[in-house]
Amino acid sequence: MSNTNKKAPARTMDLVERSLARRYGAEKRFRFYGVISVVIGVLALALLFWEIFSAGLGGFRQTHIQLTLKFDPDVLEIADARDARQVQNGNFEGVVRAALAERFPAVLDRGGRRDLNGILSIGAAFDLRDKLVDEPELLGQTRTYWLLADDDVDTYYKSLREGNAFTARTSEARQVWIQELIDGGELRTQFNTRLFTSGDSSEPEMAGILGAVVGSLLTLLVTFILSFPIGVAAAVYLEEYAPRNRFTDFIEVNISNLAAVPSIIFGLLGLAIFIGLFGMPRSIPLVGGLVLTLMTLPTIIISSRNAIKAVPPSIREAALGIGASKMQMILHHVLPLAMPGMLTGAIIGMAQALGETAPLLMIGMVAFIMDVPNGISDPATVLPVQIFLWSDSPERAFVERTSAAIMVLLAFLVCMNTLAVWLRKRLERRW
Amino acid sequence: MESSVLLPVLALLCALAFVAGRSRSLAVAGVGGMRILNSLPFYYGSLTAFWCALPSLAVVLIWSIFDGVIIENMVHALVPPAAVEAAGGNIGLVMNQVRNLAAGHLSADSVEPAIAAAADRLVALERINRWALTGVALSFALIGAILAWLKINPQLRARAKVEDIFRWTLLACASLAILTTIGIVMSVLFESMRFFSKVPVTEFLFGLEWSPQTAIRADQQGSSGSFGAVPLFAGTLLIAGIALLVAVPTGLMVAIYLTEYASPRMRNLIKPVLEILAGIPTVVYGFFAALTVAPVIRDMGVNLGLDEWLTISSESALAAGLVMGVMIIPFVSSLSDDVITAVPRSLKDGALGLGSTRSEVVKLVVIPAALPGIVGSVLLAASRAIGETMIVVMAAGLAANLTANPFDSVTTVTVQIVTLLVGDQEFESAKTLAAFALGLVLFVVTLGLNYFALYIVRKYREQYE
Amino acid sequence: MQQTLEQKPPVSPKVSAPPMAPTFSIPEPAQMPVSADYKTVGVPLVENAKFAMRDVNVFYGEKQAVFNVNLDIGENEVIAMIGPSGCGKSTFLRCLNRMNDTIDICRVTGSIQLDGEEIYASKMDVVPLRARVGMVFQKPNPFPKSIYENVAYGPKIHGLASRRVDLDEIVETSLRRAGLWEEVKDRLDAPGTGLSGGQQQRLCIARTIAVSPEVILMDEPCSALDPIATAKIEELIAELSQNYTIAIVTHSMQQAARVSHRTAYFHLGKLIEVNDTQKVFTTPDHALTEAYITGRFG
Repeated sequence: MSNTNKKAPARTMDLVERSLARRYGAEKRFRFYGVISVVIGVLALALLFWEIFSAGLGGFRQTHIQLTLKFDPDVLEIADARDARQVQNGNFEGVVRAALAERFPAVLDRGGRRDLNGILSIGAAFDLRDKLVDEPELLGQTRTYWLLADDDVDTYYKSLREGNAFTARTSEARQVWIQELIDGGELRTQFNTRLFTSGDSSEPEMAGILGAVVGSLLTLLVTFILSFPIGVAAAVYLEEYAPRNRFTDFIEVNISNLAAVPSIIFGLLGLAIFIGLFGMPRSIPLVGGLVLTLMTLPTIIISSRNAIKAVPPSIREAALGIGASKMQMILHHVLPLAMPGMLTGAIIGMAQALGETAPLLMIGMVAFIMDVPNGISDPATVLPVQIFLWSDSPERAFVERTSAAIMVLLAFLVCMNTLAVWLRKRLERRW
Repeated sequence: MESSVLLPVLALLCALAFVAGRSRSLAVAGVGGMRILNSLPFYYGSLTAFWCALPSLAVVLIWSIFDGVIIENMVHALVPPAAVEAAGGNIGLVMNQVRNLAAGHLSADSVEPAIAAAADRLVALERINRWALTGVALSFALIGAILAWLKINPQLRARAKVEDIFRWTLLACASLAILTTIGIVMSVLFESMRFFSKVPVTEFLFGLEWSPQTAIRADQQGSSGSFGAVPLFAGTLLIAGIALLVAVPTGLMVAIYLTEYASPRMRNLIKPVLEILAGIPTVVYGFFAALTVAPVIRDMGVNLGLDEWLTISSESALAAGLVMGVMIIPFVSSLSDDVITAVPRSLKDGALGLGSTRSEVVKLVVIPAALPGIVGSVLLAASRAIGETMIVVMAAGLAANLTANPFDSVTTVTVQIVTLLVGDQEFESAKTLAAFALGLVLFVVTLGLNYFALYIVRKYREQYE
Repeated sequence: MQQTLEQKPPVSPKVSAPPMAPTFSIPEPAQMPVSADYKTVGVPLVENAKFAMRDVNVFYGEKQAVFNVNLDIGENEVIAMIGPSGCGKSTFLRCLNRMNDTIDICRVTGSIQLDGEEIYASKMDVVPLRARVGMVFQKPNPFPKSIYENVAYGPKIHGLASRRVDLDEIVETSLRRAGLWEEVKDRLDAPGTGLSGGQQQRLCIARTIAVSPEVILMDEPCSALDPIATAKIEELIAELSQNYTIAIVTHSMQQAARVSHRTAYFHLGKLIEVNDTQKVFTTPDHALTEAYITGRFG
């Protein structure tokens, strides 16, 4: 017995050492898998951002063409530039065409002229009209302006600059004219203000996200106004009042399940209940807000409960001990102290709601709406849905606008999350 | 009065009631001052304001739920049966016409006189309705406030009553979660029942053909197409399966690496970066999948020469699945992170003390101990993947192919719900109702997964508490 | 039930036994069992009682924490409650202003009367009750608001002052009586949480007396404080005893001896002995009391 005992350690060590190389190999491999996994995640993120940003930056620039044009009263058929009705019906396209014809006098045949007129967007005429409305004395004068180019020209010019020209939608004649304009310094890209100042359009060069952004803000406003008070109230009930019974358990089970129900189901709920049963109109931010409220409530309730839990019981005792009632204790002490945490949760919930698309498709916020909504009962779309709609459009110019819209959406989300983190760092009390 | 005016007027009345109640409480207290009052004057004011607001709001709510139906029925009576006949027996179409006329979207010349009369009647009724509602709501508000005001005396336990109202309000808010669930169940269940009255459940659950737009056989019950949802279930499972194949090993290894190997600094750096992945809207992933990943996958398939054996589609299950997998990585990793850190230190120390390497500790101690929790988080991730909509809508396609080929285009339950419900629709058609039946399946499956997952996770937590 | 922050009771000066290992506790002396129908020895009942407790039992769920306590607290009396950890003295104290209501599973039976009024009656409103019976807690718990707001909060919610000057006066008087005025009069707007521990506890006392309660309950008010702060609070208790009825739970026998008129000894939820403080610490009637004050267990 004692003999084997003495020898055993040596033998064990041998065995251990013999297996050691294999075991360390396994250890290294395992660790390597971990690193690889982290790298996959980070790389995917980097690739996503790279793709979006490289495609989207172009969307913030828009090709413009310089043209000298005359506000000819005869062509425009406007006698008095202060008469809104006349200006509204003015033939501004005629002015544009005349100017183009003057710039390219060699183009004479009908087909060529039509092709030539197509290098400018129909939006160019609208811009001229706006200019005349602002400055009626322009009538009869000649001015030089940078006018909005058509999306095909825009795509072609941008691809040309990158070295692989996309010629599929640009005729050879146009390519020549464009080269002529480039050489003359009469074609350039400018900051795409229209992207931020107009609603949707079927013409990519005229399409903007203002309508969608306002729609998103209105929808979020409804969501916040409803979900924050209701969520906080529910959290207060569950933390401060709820007795331990079946009903309370049932509420809790419901909340945790709702938190994991797919968002599209909330869309079905909105469609069947708000639109089908209550007869509310489709496509309006009010209904969108209601649906998103139901969807974000679990998030807000859960984070508010955590914030309320973090308020130390000693504060509650202090308040009760000098005769504060339960409601006074909650309103005077618990809620103010939990507020930063609850707001943080609410902002994160709002960020989720801002990025949500599927349920809003269900309630018709996917309609093509050019006007910027004025209120919560105007038809509207939201930013993610706008992105979805644009990504579905065949025009190449919409690709970069979609990416640009995504960048705007991501910028909003980054701001909201930064605000949430800042709020938590700055205002949250450590006990 | 419009509701946008009525509500502010009510609010103003409440404010007045508050002031009146408050000052009356001070007046009845007399020279004794507020010390002889049962509660602070604030509570007397609040109580009066509540009595002003709550009955009136209740009336407005109940009224608004029923007035539409009642008015509709009164107008129905005016629509001649002939007009309904003319619209193909669909009263809804006629009523739409009446409503459009009343709202001024149509001109009176373009429709029959009877319909124009009905529209006039509708306008008149709506006006009467609005004024009646205003009158009733405001008188309820006034009566409530006056009654409460008269009851004020120093012995009135105003604070206790206000607290009761407060408590009940909170309870009502908390119960909204239950109402929402009921709302979901009702909305998908009722429409599904109507669907199943047109299309048999068995055809829906076991049929192999999905083409809701066109009829395949003349004798088909749905008359608008065939509703065999198996290809959708298969497509959903295929994409979710690919997503989980990506997300589960990666997410799990990330969680293990971050909890067991990474330095705290590294952890604090990597965790938020990966959490960004979770915060990106799904529509962005969808765009990425459709624009970047799908062409790469297709080209790869073609370059590998796979197109000789397989269909290679530009919208592939693989693209959607891969991107969805990336999206779920942080979901899996943060859930697994929680369960792994919950494994007691003593267990790990025990294994380390025997001379295990760290990977052996993880493989032989941590993972077995955390297994129920990990299974729970995988189930939650699966439910996420099944319910995910935008990525598949944008990248997976519409063709209901019954295939296991990841390069082919497949469609999913969520894609079909979106396709069937986006755009113009009538509530009655089997096509629209089919979306709700799919919604029911989706809801039941995800609910089951969630419930089961939460149950497992809870059991697991209890074990180590 | 007992908070982990509690200090070990100091060993009585009579005993100089070597310090015991912290994990080791002496079991309850087997020769001194206390049955369920025990009788408190000494003088638990007095005339003109402010508080009168009869057959008070407290349950936490299934577990009983306090057994059949009969005790009176006289007008302007300082009564100390001592006993080993987990003996139910804090639980019992919290019954006197119904602070136990905040714990769902807590149930109280028997009768507790304040000036002849049953405080556990269903029609009793706890809010005015707690205004009459104030409480100071083990850990100083000022609100995270200004010093002024801390003291003014009670008078505000109870409507004790209708004008700002009245409120100012209440705040000043309360802070003066709590012996804190001179230290904080220049920074009434500073947050109450910025004060030192002892100051915070005096602020809490000021906050309690600002409501002009009739009785003040103190649940180990000095256990989180250093000796100097403790001495100040004890002085304050002695002063307050001229105007208020005070019930104090303490772990420190010296403190009980210094501040109280009568001392009640609790053991495993049972009130073993109540006597004049002097007598309890010199010639206790009950063997368990003696065992405790001589440091045999704690």
